[in-house]
Amino acid sequence: MSYSEKVIDHYSNPKNVGTLDKSKQNVGTGLVGAPECGDVMRLQIEVDETTGIIKDAKFKTFGCGSAIASSSLATEWLKGKSVDDAVKIDNMDIVEELSLPPVKIHCSVLAEDAIKAAVNDYRQKNGLPELKFEGSVVH
Amino acid sequence: MLKLPIYLDHNATTPCDPRVVEAMVPYFTNTYGNAASRNHPFGWQAEAAVDYAREQIAKLIGADAKEIIFTSGATEADNLALKGVFEMYRSKGNHIITCNIEHKAVLDTCKHLEKEGAEITYLKVNPDGLIDLKELEAAFKPTTILVAIMYANNEIGTIMPMKEISALSRKKGVLVFSDATQAVGKVPIDVNKDGIDLMAFSAHKMYGPKGVGALYVRRKNPRVKVTAQMDGGGHERGMRSGTLNVPGIVGFGKACELCMLEMDQDAKRLGILRDKLESSLLKLEEAYVNGSTQHRLPHVSNISFKYVEGEGLMMGFNKDIAVSSGSACTSASLEPSYVLKALGLGDDLAHSSLRFGLGRFTTEEQIDYTIEQVTKTVNRLREMSPLWEMYKEGVNMNMVEWAHH
Ligand SMILES: Cc1ncc(COP(=O)(O)O)c(C=O)c1O
Ligand code: FES
Repeated sequence: MSYSEKVIDHYSNPKNVGTLDKSKQNVGTGLVGAPECGDVMRLQIEVDETTGIIKDAKFKTFGCGSAIASSSLATEWLKGKSVDDAVKIDNMDIVEELSLPPVKIHCSVLAEDAIKAAVNDYRQKNGLPELKFEGSVVH
Repeated sequence: MLKLPIYLDHNATTPCDPRVVEAMVPYFTNTYGNAASRNHPFGWQAEAAVDYAREQIAKLIGADAKEIIFTSGATEADNLALKGVFEMYRSKGNHIITCNIEHKAVLDTCKHLEKEGAEITYLKVNPDGLIDLKELEAAFKPTTILVAIMYANNEIGTIMPMKEISALSRKKGVLVFSDATQAVGKVPIDVNKDGIDLMAFSAHKMYGPKGVGALYVRRKNPRVKVTAQMDGGGHERGMRSGTLNVPGIVGFGKACELCMLEMDQDAKRLGILRDKLESSLLKLEEAYVNGSTQHRLPHVSNISFKYVEGEGLMMGFNKDIAVSSGSACTSASLEPSYVLKALGLGDDLAHSSLRFGLGRFTTEEQIDYTIEQVTKTVNRLREMSPLWEMYKEGVNMNMVEWAHH
């Protein structure tokens, strides 16, 4: 399979690879996937407590090039968004932006799941109720 | 000057040797007769060319020319052997013994035969990728008509103990079929010394053209017959109808002759390069060879680089270096390699594997470049891998609650 330019670019020059201090109150961490499935994604957000805006986002991903690109793109999109807007990122937006083929859609789903998991982790830490997501894609 | 891209996927297919192409060319435009045309020189010339190729091919495997049945490749030869034996010997029994790391051309044919009433035993392999002879011995039944075990595996290059397998089978009076697609022309094979009654192989894995292969079918001690799976004009002694692919067969013959002449020196040279590649890559932490390193083809190495995913890894250099991976991400089914899983590898290691297949035209310069690129990419991706970070921090990953999906 050949990759789109954008996938190759994110893969070759991934944005925001790294680790935030997960013990901090204003950091939310989402760890999704499983080694047996061949993909694990960890996505973290750091929130400005006064504004509720995500001021930093980092990822680490074990997976194919499309999974790496999806998480890199997700962190780019997250920065500057409010926590509430973050969960509105849809995996199909990622698919479209990166021109992912159908077999790679689940890599983008993983990114969406990671965002939601990170937001929920942040909410939980800050005494907010967990958000329930409907129609979570079975993959 | 190093020319890119580098091809290290010779288990998938090999380039045609230029000497093979040269031998084939006249048979497209000059000597284009149908080998079955008995009444004019065009036919006679084609037939002579086919006969000559049959000799070249038979010689490489220690067979008689009459024992070579031409097919379109190893897939067809596998089908003809399994289905042909099953139909021909049905009155004797319906039980076939094979193993769980065979090529799909064997496994799926067995699945097909199960629907037709065959009973199939799939022997497991040990972590080295070899079957246990005691398990084989215990698997025989009065109804067993065939043992089908591959000579060498296409993913990990391991070589089965064929002599021991055939000795056991012979004692029980059971025929032995071997898919030797990966081994013929690479290591010395003698169907008599190895005790093989039927054997499938393919030209395109040994520097010959695609679309031509053969099934060896023993004619003496015992005389073996298979029921034709392709009906028609009765070519190939009635076992495989269809006008012979004369240029392909001529190329196949030439490819066998070259392998016969150059196998020893190729194997020695490639063994040294493979060992260099392997030992250099094993300097990386948490890198493991899959399958036996003792009973193995000289030009193959399958390595898992733990905590990086195979497709992601290949993407780091696949415009410059062609290899393959057992990772699920590369497969349409999203399942990791069944061969690696059969070795007992955890899914995490199966996802992290690369197969390097060296070939006749591989150079040391290419290997050096590959070592450099793979090492660099593994290190880069590990910096990006959450699992590597956990490993480095000493997190027990079996204790993590993974959000399975
Ligand atoms: C062990 C084995 N058997 C059979 C085949 C199929 O060969 P062919 O491409 O000639 O049909 C292959 C090649 O993929 C193989 O490696
Ligand atoms: S992570 Fe497996 S296909 Fe993308």
